[in-house]
Amino acid sequence: MQRIKSLFVANRGEIAVRIIRACRELGIAAVQGYSEADQDSLAVKFADKSVCIGAAPSKESYLNQKVLIDAAKASGADAIHPGYGFLSENAEFAEQCEKAGLIYVGPQSSVIRLMGDKAAARKLAHEAGVPITMGSPDPITSPEEAIEIGKRVGYPLLVKAAAGGGGRGMRVVTQEGELRESLERAAAEASAAFGDGSLYIEKYLSPVRHVEVQVIGDGNNIIHLGERDCTIQRRHQKLVEEGPSPALSPALRERITASAVALARHVGYRSAGTLEYIVDAAKQEFYFIEMNTRIQVEHPVTEMLTGLDLVKMQIRIADGEPLAIKQSDVRVSGHVIECRINAEDPEKGFMPRPGVLGEYTAPSGPGVRIDSHAFPGYKLPPHYDSLIAKLLVWGSDRTEALARMKRALGEFKISGVPTTIEFHKRLIDESDFVEGDVHTRYVKEKMWAGHPTQHML
Amino acid sequence: MADTKVVSEVTGSVWKVLVAVGDSVEADTPVILIESMKMEIPVLAPDSGVVTEILVSVGDAVSDGQSVVTIKS
Repeated sequence: MQRIKSLFVANRGEIAVRIIRACRELGIAAVQGYSEADQDSLAVKFADKSVCIGAAPSKESYLNQKVLIDAAKASGADAIHPGYGFLSENAEFAEQCEKAGLIYVGPQSSVIRLMGDKAAARKLAHEAGVPITMGSPDPITSPEEAIEIGKRVGYPLLVKAAAGGGGRGMRVVTQEGELRESLERAAAEASAAFGDGSLYIEKYLSPVRHVEVQVIGDGNNIIHLGERDCTIQRRHQKLVEEGPSPALSPALRERITASAVALARHVGYRSAGTLEYIVDAAKQEFYFIEMNTRIQVEHPVTEMLTGLDLVKMQIRIADGEPLAIKQSDVRVSGHVIECRINAEDPEKGFMPRPGVLGEYTAPSGPGVRIDSHAFPGYKLPPHYDSLIAKLLVWGSDRTEALARMKRALGEFKISGVPTTIEFHKRLIDESDFVEGDVHTRYVKEKMWAGHPTQHML
Repeated sequence: MADTKVVSEVTGSVWKVLVAVGDSVEADTPVILIESMKMEIPVLAPDSGVVTEILVSVGDAVSDGQSVVTIKS
C-alpha cells in the first residue's frame, strides 16, 4: 500500500531535479520548495507544484526548518526529501518532520544523530570491527591528554571537530610544539561553526586515497552497492568520482565492502547511506572516516554501474516497502567516471564565480549522463554551491570510460562563467591519473606545484 | 603615504570582518572573509599599512571588483 502520494522537495539545484524525476517515475506528485533566487529554476518548471519558502540566503529558506515543514503540510505532501547538504543530516529536522506527520526520506533520526557525531561514529565503527585510524576513541578532554595521544600515535596528527565533516573543521599538526595552540584554535572554530567545540585526534596518513562504499537497507536487509573512488579533490572537496576504484585489489574490495555492511547493520540502517574511508593503496589498508546518512552528490556513479535507481529505492524504503533486492542480485558492470562541472576558476585557485550562463551545450551520445539544473541564460546565485552539472560516462572498462570522458568534455560548451571543464580535460591527460596513481593531495601538490594560487587549494 | 583600496575578487556576501580601523596589517593577510557559493574566500591586503576605513559590514552583498577596506600604506 503506497502511502506517499505527494512529496515535498526541501532542496534545490540538480538534486531537486533528480528527486522530481524519481517522483515522476513512481507516480508521486512533486512539490518544490524554492527560495526567491530559484524562482526560475528547472526544479520549479518540472515540479507538479511549487511553493516559495523565503529569501535567497539559505538560513531564510532551505535551512528554515519550520517554514519548510509548514509549507510541506500546507501543500498536502505526505513526505519530505532533504536531498544533500542543507538539512539532510540534521537529526532535529528529521524528528520534526515525523512529528508533523511527514514521512522523512532518510534514516531514523537517532541514526542521523549518532553518525553526525564524528567521535561517536568512530566508536561505533570500532565496535562493529571496522578499522579506524589510531587516535582518540572519545573527544579529548585536555591538552595533556592530546599530548599523550600524540606521543603514542606519532606526528603528523589530524585534529578534527566532532561535529564537523566534509573536510570542515580539520587541522594538521606536524609537531608537539604546535599542538596546544592548534587545539585552542580548532576548538574556537568548531564552536563558532558547529556550536560544539569538541575535538578528537587521528593519526594523519598521507598519501592516501578516498574511497567510499554505498549501502542501502530497509532496517533488516542491508546490502552494499560497491565503492566509489573520490581521491581527486581540492580544499578537501571532491572534483572527480569513479567506480570501481582503480586502487583496490579484489581482496581489499571484499574487506572494505564487508566492513561497510557490518557497520550499517550494527545501527540497523534504513535508507541509502555512504561510508567514507581513507585507503593506503601501498599497504592495501583502509580506515573508516565517517558515514553520510543521506543521498550523495556522486550517487549516479553507482546507479550507472549497477543499473539501480537509488533515489527511487530511498523513497520506496521510506514508504515502508522492504528492499526489493538481495546482495547476490547486485552486479557491478563496466567503469564509470563523474566530473563535477563547477562555476569556479581553476586558474585562480578554484575561486567561485557566480554569474549568468550564456551558452550551455551539454554532451550526449553513447554512455553519457548529465545531471544538471542549468540552461542557457541560467543565473547562478552566489548563495548556493558552485555545481553547474555532473558529467558521467560509462565505459565497458576504465580505458573506454577515460576516452569517452575526454570526448564528452570536448562537447561541453559553457560561456558566461569560468568552469572546471578545462581542469578536467587536463586531469584526464595526466599520466598519473590515467594509471590510477593519485592521492588526495594530488591536485594541490602535483598539478598545482609552483602555481601562484597553490595555497588556496 | 598612499590610500590603497582593498578589493574583493569575488561576488558574494561579507562573512567576517577581520580588522578594525587603526589596525596595522601586513601585505597578504586576510582583512575580510567573503562567503560565495558555500566557500569562504579571504580578501587579502595588497600592501602593509594601517586600516583607515571599513566599507562593508557582515551580511552585505559584495560584487567582484568592489572595494571593501581602505588602508594607508
